[in-house]
Amino acid sequence: MIELLQYDFMKYALIAGIFASIACGIIGTYIVSKRIVFLSGGISHAAFGGIGLGYFLGISPLLGAVGFSIVFALLLGTASMKMKQREDTTIGVMWSFGMALGILFIYLTPGYAPDLMSYLFGSILTVSAFEILLILGLDAIIITVVALLYKEFFAICFDEEFAKVRGVPVEKIYLILLCLIALSVVILIRIVGVILVIAMLSIPAAISGKYTHNLKNIMFLSCFLGAVFMILGLGLSYAFDLPSGATIILVSVLGFLIGNIDTKYYRKLKI
Amino acid sequence: MVNKKIVVLEDVTVKYGDAIVLKDANLSVYEHDFLGIIGPNGGGKTTILKLMLGLIKPTKGSALLYGETPEKNRSLIGYVPQYSHFDRDFPASVWDTVMMGRLAPKKCFKKFDENDKKIVCDALKTVDIFNLRDRQISCLSGGQLQRVLVARALASEPKILLLDEPTASIDGRVESSFYELLAKLKKNMAIILVSHNVGAISIYVDKIACVNQTIYYHDDKEIRSEDIAKIYKCPVELIAHGVAHRVLEAHEPKGKKRNNI
Repeated sequence: MIELLQYDFMKYALIAGIFASIACGIIGTYIVSKRIVFLSGGISHAAFGGIGLGYFLGISPLLGAVGFSIVFALLLGTASMKMKQREDTTIGVMWSFGMALGILFIYLTPGYAPDLMSYLFGSILTVSAFEILLILGLDAIIITVVALLYKEFFAICFDEEFAKVRGVPVEKIYLILLCLIALSVVILIRIVGVILVIAMLSIPAAISGKYTHNLKNIMFLSCFLGAVFMILGLGLSYAFDLPSGATIILVSVLGFLIGNIDTKYYRKLKI
Repeated sequence: MVNKKIVVLEDVTVKYGDAIVLKDANLSVYEHDFLGIIGPNGGGKTTILKLMLGLIKPTKGSALLYGETPEKNRSLIGYVPQYSHFDRDFPASVWDTVMMGRLAPKKCFKKFDENDKKIVCDALKTVDIFNLRDRQISCLSGGQLQRVLVARALASEPKILLLDEPTASIDGRVESSFYELLAKLKKNMAIILVSHNVGAISIYVDKIACVNQTIYYHDDKEIRSEDIAKIYKCPVELIAHGVAHRVLEAHEPKGKKRNNI
């Protein structure tokens, strides 16, 4: 396996996978504990609209996804706070709206979108140096904001009403959190693709939450698990010539199952 | 010094859509009051608390907290929400939870300082759970968690303590020690307590208001039988003022203590 690292694409893939797991560990922890997995799914699918726009404008589709997913995160957040409509309905609407826009943009773009599939299902082996820098930059933003607003994020995830009574600008903080989710989505799009992003945001944090009940520890453990899944998935996909994104997700799901069986077993032992 | 009005509800009507929850309700709470608000479920008790906190606005009428809108002054309230409202599986320790009481708008982007930590220590000691500070909230009993929530409210150094159904999930013995804690706290702040459990709160509170769409309140502990009949639409045990125990009016023999009315 070691000799694989001679290849640049393999080095890039590993680096991208490890950096991406930082974002999915930190942000995934918030998503799982605040129970906004479905909302995050909405943001990630809406990001496809940005990918389409990127093709249409001839810029990097990933940059298009940054803009689009942030706009949709803000729209979704505002709509779920202000509109009388049920939240899951709003999410469903935005989810398909973003995807429909993406399809339309790609249709309107002259010629043919060469690596469209890699945005839908991920393609970690084709990550470029520029994209690694982009992932690194987004990671830095996420870590900085979480470090600055750690106690506010904790408060709005745990008990929004109490935070509001204490004068925390709950709605603004929530929108900032949604923007960070949008950035994590963009990071993960290159790795596992629009459609599978939600698994990487929820699975590592969900497993970690079974083993530790401290928010910071859950974050660290999720980052670690995310990296393990990425590396294992990458290795398996290379060894058996399978699509990398799907393999990473299948490895994660397997980890999720093992994680759940295990805690039940431990609980029985304790009794 | 004249006793100051700290909470004033004036002709307040609250509607959720077409449903009227409160109608032309009036209530004044003074400094050092220990007020119990009772009434049937869905009668508008929690709505009154949310009005005081500025979490909902009156459809008609006005709600004032220390002479201002509740949004402006709600940092003076220590809020103890309903236990069921709480996600007990959330990964938080007792310490993290009580620390939330120190949140404030101007503390955004900053870390909690030594003073915050000291206040939290004191709050934990006041409610007697300092030894549990490193526990996860998922590992606490109902009574312990209730104390955590009170400690969190106290950490905000409130002038009013507002409790929503604080004893709904704890058993009788723990409940009485919880009320003793409140009796201790009332020396330093006003306490407003919502409950559907008339019997339990009657011993400790100083004043009782009955709520069912409107507020029946005479600024004392007496509940007039016509008020009770109006809010519950059936005869229930009554509480007389001036005595330290419940006085039951003779009606159908349903046992001495009726917990859930």
